[in-house]
Amino acid sequence: MRIAVALFPGTNCEHDVEYALGLLGADVEIVWHREGDLSDFAGVVLPGGFAHGDYLRTGAIARFSPIMDEVARLAKEGRPVLGICNGFQILCEADLLPGALIANRDLDFICKPVHVRVETTDSVLTRRAEVGMVLRIPLNSYEGNFVADEATLDALEARGRVVLRYCDPDGNVTDEANPNGSARNIAAIAGGVHGNVVGIMPHPERAVEEILGSADGRVLLESFLEAAEEAP
Amino acid sequence: MSEPLRFRVRILRKPEIADPEGATTARALRDLGYDVVEVRFGREILVELPPGDADEAEAAVHEMCERLLANPIIEDYDVERL
Repeated sequence: MRIAVALFPGTNCEHDVEYALGLLGADVEIVWHREGDLSDFAGVVLPGGFAHGDYLRTGAIARFSPIMDEVARLAKEGRPVLGICNGFQILCEADLLPGALIANRDLDFICKPVHVRVETTDSVLTRRAEVGMVLRIPLNSYEGNFVADEATLDALEARGRVVLRYCDPDGNVTDEANPNGSARNIAAIAGGVHGNVVGIMPHPERAVEEILGSADGRVLLESFLEAAEEAP
Repeated sequence: MSEPLRFRVRILRKPEIADPEGATTARALRDLGYDVVEVRFGREILVELPPGDADEAEAAVHEMCERLLANPIIEDYDVERL
C-alpha cells in the first residue's frame, strides 16, 4: 500500500514521516509539490515544516501548490488525508478543514512533549485507539493555537470531529494543560465528507519508538494506515 | 493612464480573534506608563498593477485579498488606491 508524503519547499519533517510509516509497514514515497497525480496512492500526509517559508500566513502559499488539487481529490474520494503541524495549517488554509491556526497564546515557540486525550475513535487517526486514552506526543510549533468561531466549534463537537484535546497526564482537559491557547484545548480535528481528513498539531511520527521517549504516536499512524488500506 | 496603479492593502485580525502580539505590546506600553486600552497588529501590503482601468484593477486587488492575501476566518482587510 502506497502512501504519499507531500514535499513543499521548506517542509522539514518528510523523512520523519517516511521513517515512521515505513516502520509500520507502509510503502512511502515523498512527492514534490509540483507533481500533479496522486491517483496511485491510498492516502497522503502533509508533513511539518515551513512550507514556502510560512510567508504571508502559515500554509497560505502552499495551498496553491499543484499537489493540493490532488490532495483535495483524495479527500473527496474518501481516502485518508493527514496534516501534521504545518500540514494542519495548510489543510485549514485550503478549506479542507475548518478554522485557522494562529500564534501561540504566550508567543512562545513550543517544543516539548504534551499530553493529548483521544475524544473519538471515529476518525482515520484514532480508529485503533480508545476514547479517553492519553497519549504523550511532541509538540513543535509557533502557530499552534487553533481558532474558529463558536458556531464552527459547536459543529465540530456535535459531529464528533474533535479528535484529540490537550490534557494533563491524567487525562483532565484544563486551561493549565492547554499549551498554546487552542480553542477548547483542541489538538486535532477531522473534516471532509467522510471525516477522512485530519489535522493534528503535535507530531505522532516523532513518537513511534521507546528510544524516542514515547511510542504513543504509533496507534495514530497505525489507524491512518488501516484507514488507507480500506479506502475506496 | 500610463501610470502604474498602486494600492495599499491593510489586513487586521478580526476583533473577536485574539492578537497575542498586540496584547503583549500593550502590556509593555503600560509598563512604560502609557494609558493604553488596546494594541492590535496588522499587515500592510503594497500592490502595484500595470496601467489600465482603475476600477477593474481595484476589483482585482479585492479578489486577491479574498483568495490569498487575507484569511477571512481570522482577518478583515481594506483596500486603498494610492
